[in-house]
Amino acid sequence: MSFAVPSDLEKEIDDRITHYPVSKRSAVLPVLHALQHHFGYIEEAAVEWAAAKLELEPIQVLEVVTFYPGFRQSAPGKCHIRVCRTLSCAMAGSYELMDKLCEKTGIDRSGVTHHDPIAVSADGKFSIEFAECLASCGTGPVCLVNDDFHEAVSDVDGLLSQYQ
Amino acid sequence: MSAIQYRPGKEPHPKEHRVVFKNVDRADWDTSLKTYESEGGYDQLKKALGMEPKTITEEVKAAGLRGRGGAGFPAGMKWSFLPPNNDKPVYLICNADESEPGTFKDRYIIHQDPHQLIEGMAIACFATGARLAYIYIREEFPEGAQILEKAIAEAHKAGYLGKNIQGSGFDLEIYVHRGAGAYICGEETGLIESLEGKRPYPRIKPPYFPAAMGLYLCPTIVNNVETLCHVKHILEIGSEAWAKTGTPNNTGTRILCVSGDVKKPGYYEVQVGKVTMGELINDMCGGLKEGRELKAVIPGGSSAKVLRADEVFTVGRGDGARELTIWDIPMDFDTLAACGSMAGSGGVIVIDDSRSISWVLNNINNFYAHESCGQCTPCREGSLWMKKITDRVVAGKASPSDIDTLDSVARNIDGRTICAFGEAASWPTESFVEKFRDELVADTKPELEDDFLNAEALTAAANLR
Ligand SMILES: Cc1cc2nc3c(=O)[nH]c(=O)nc-3n(C[C@H](O)[C@H](O)[C@H](O)COP(=O)(O)O)c2cc1C
Ligand code: SF4
Ligand code: FES
Repeated sequence: MSFAVPSDLEKEIDDRITHYPVSKRSAVLPVLHALQHHFGYIEEAAVEWAAAKLELEPIQVLEVVTFYPGFRQSAPGKCHIRVCRTLSCAMAGSYELMDKLCEKTGIDRSGVTHHDPIAVSADGKFSIEFAECLASCGTGPVCLVNDDFHEAVSDVDGLLSQYQ
Repeated sequence: MSAIQYRPGKEPHPKEHRVVFKNVDRADWDTSLKTYESEGGYDQLKKALGMEPKTITEEVKAAGLRGRGGAGFPAGMKWSFLPPNNDKPVYLICNADESEPGTFKDRYIIHQDPHQLIEGMAIACFATGARLAYIYIREEFPEGAQILEKAIAEAHKAGYLGKNIQGSGFDLEIYVHRGAGAYICGEETGLIESLEGKRPYPRIKPPYFPAAMGLYLCPTIVNNVETLCHVKHILEIGSEAWAKTGTPNNTGTRILCVSGDVKKPGYYEVQVGKVTMGELINDMCGGLKEGRELKAVIPGGSSAKVLRADEVFTVGRGDGARELTIWDIPMDFDTLAACGSMAGSGGVIVIDDSRSISWVLNNINNFYAHESCGQCTPCREGSLWMKKITDRVVAGKASPSDIDTLDSVARNIDGRTICAFGEAASWPTESFVEKFRDELVADTKPELEDDFLNAEALTAAANLR
């Protein structure tokens, strides 16, 4: 399948680039965010497209993609869940929350590694990973589902039912 | 002014002194410009535009405003480090990365009172001569980024941003820049590299002090969200009145974020130094959970050194010296430093006697091992080794001498790295080992000693120390 950026997305990206009048290279993160938001992850062709757009070498884009936990190089599930695992949330039960979410979505996390932290359910509906402190430590355990923030999560069925 | 109505259950505690958080959780408040203007919004910007930029910096200096992002560095002094006779553009960056574990205050300013931040930034830009500014917001605040962009668009339309602001001849653009989930982007030079579109590898200081060589190697001011909001209030009431809140050298109010083992975790804006740890935990946060006792407090974000519940702290010198228990510590920059820790980002993490110290330290070590940027060998390798050792302690597979190794790994990181992440990563381990060695050792197994270390290796390790 060839990689094609729809014209409205490209327009949005071109507009973002104007926010960096001194250096186009500064727009790497916003360009990648826009691409990931649309395609779900950053594939090789997206790296090349972004590099061409910003007049960079592909490696200059790839090194950014591989550094930041916020960028993915493989497809997540339809709903991507990020559970905070840092101290205050862990004290409030985030590891238990992770176990429950995996159980209810049928996700097997046994294969995750530092470099490949995301596990996807067999039906592709859900994917999950741990995140570091989401800056809401007073209302743990917290998680992000796509762009929605959920705090003091106790009702896992209720949470997941919003995304069926 | 009639009393402010807060949302039921969200009323500030009577010991709070709300300035920056005045509008957080208000029943009659929203993020629109109209609401903000209805209570004098942007009046301070209008006032500032009629002042000499230098006078504003002098006001911020006189107020004694110290940075609320972590280091507590005086903001006015930072601004006056901008090189005189500079002919390069000046940039201002608002640090909205809010990534220090235990800290969750900037979130509420951004989500509930975005115009306060924009006004504070615009005043700071006018004072420092910046005409282009960025808000570097962590990627995990997607809604916050949208709220800020909407607020910026509104302010633009109303002539508070853009060209020739309020007819003053001053031009300013503010853009929102989203990070991508890396803690190191909170470190100001890592942030700048990230904003330049590169990996966020921190720069070495000297020479790369942002005020002299920052974004695009031009003079750049980086300030925390809460710090920039205070600028507006300093102009509003004047530096003298502003400095009357708080305590000497620790002026103003700051937001403390409490999490962990208390009945009512949350955010509390207090006069700096006017509230003690005891008042914070027992009165404001409702105390510890039923039947529990305090074991430890991490007072300024997870990088701050831990305080043990039964420690006695001696602060001050000579005749002024006094002894404090953990409950007596006034929550200010200088006393927490005198107690061997720091006020840091204001994130107070409370740990009760139900918690395993090994588990707590292991969680913290996991964080730093994950977040090291990898540039410096001591930090990259050391943070991972600290995690591996505490992994082993938690799994019941460590030997007592592992605790010594853990300590020596930590002590070989701090002071040997490019950025202060090295200290942030090693201080938790150093302080936990110093204060809770017995408990860590109790989780190890003497019979495993021979499994890991033979006599030769032990001698080699001792020589390294
Ligand atoms: C590892 C590390 C992480 C940091 N994270 C943050 C952060 O998330 N937010 C912040 O405002 N400052 C953070 N800082 C402090 C910044 O480097 C900088 O000192 C601060 O933004 C300056 O603003 P202030 O003077 O207003 O506090 C961090 C520092 C280090 C060393
Ligand atoms: S101290 Fe750690 S985080 Fe800072 S530059 Fe070195 S490796 Fe990177
Ligand atoms: S520890 Fe989970 S939000 Fe901070």
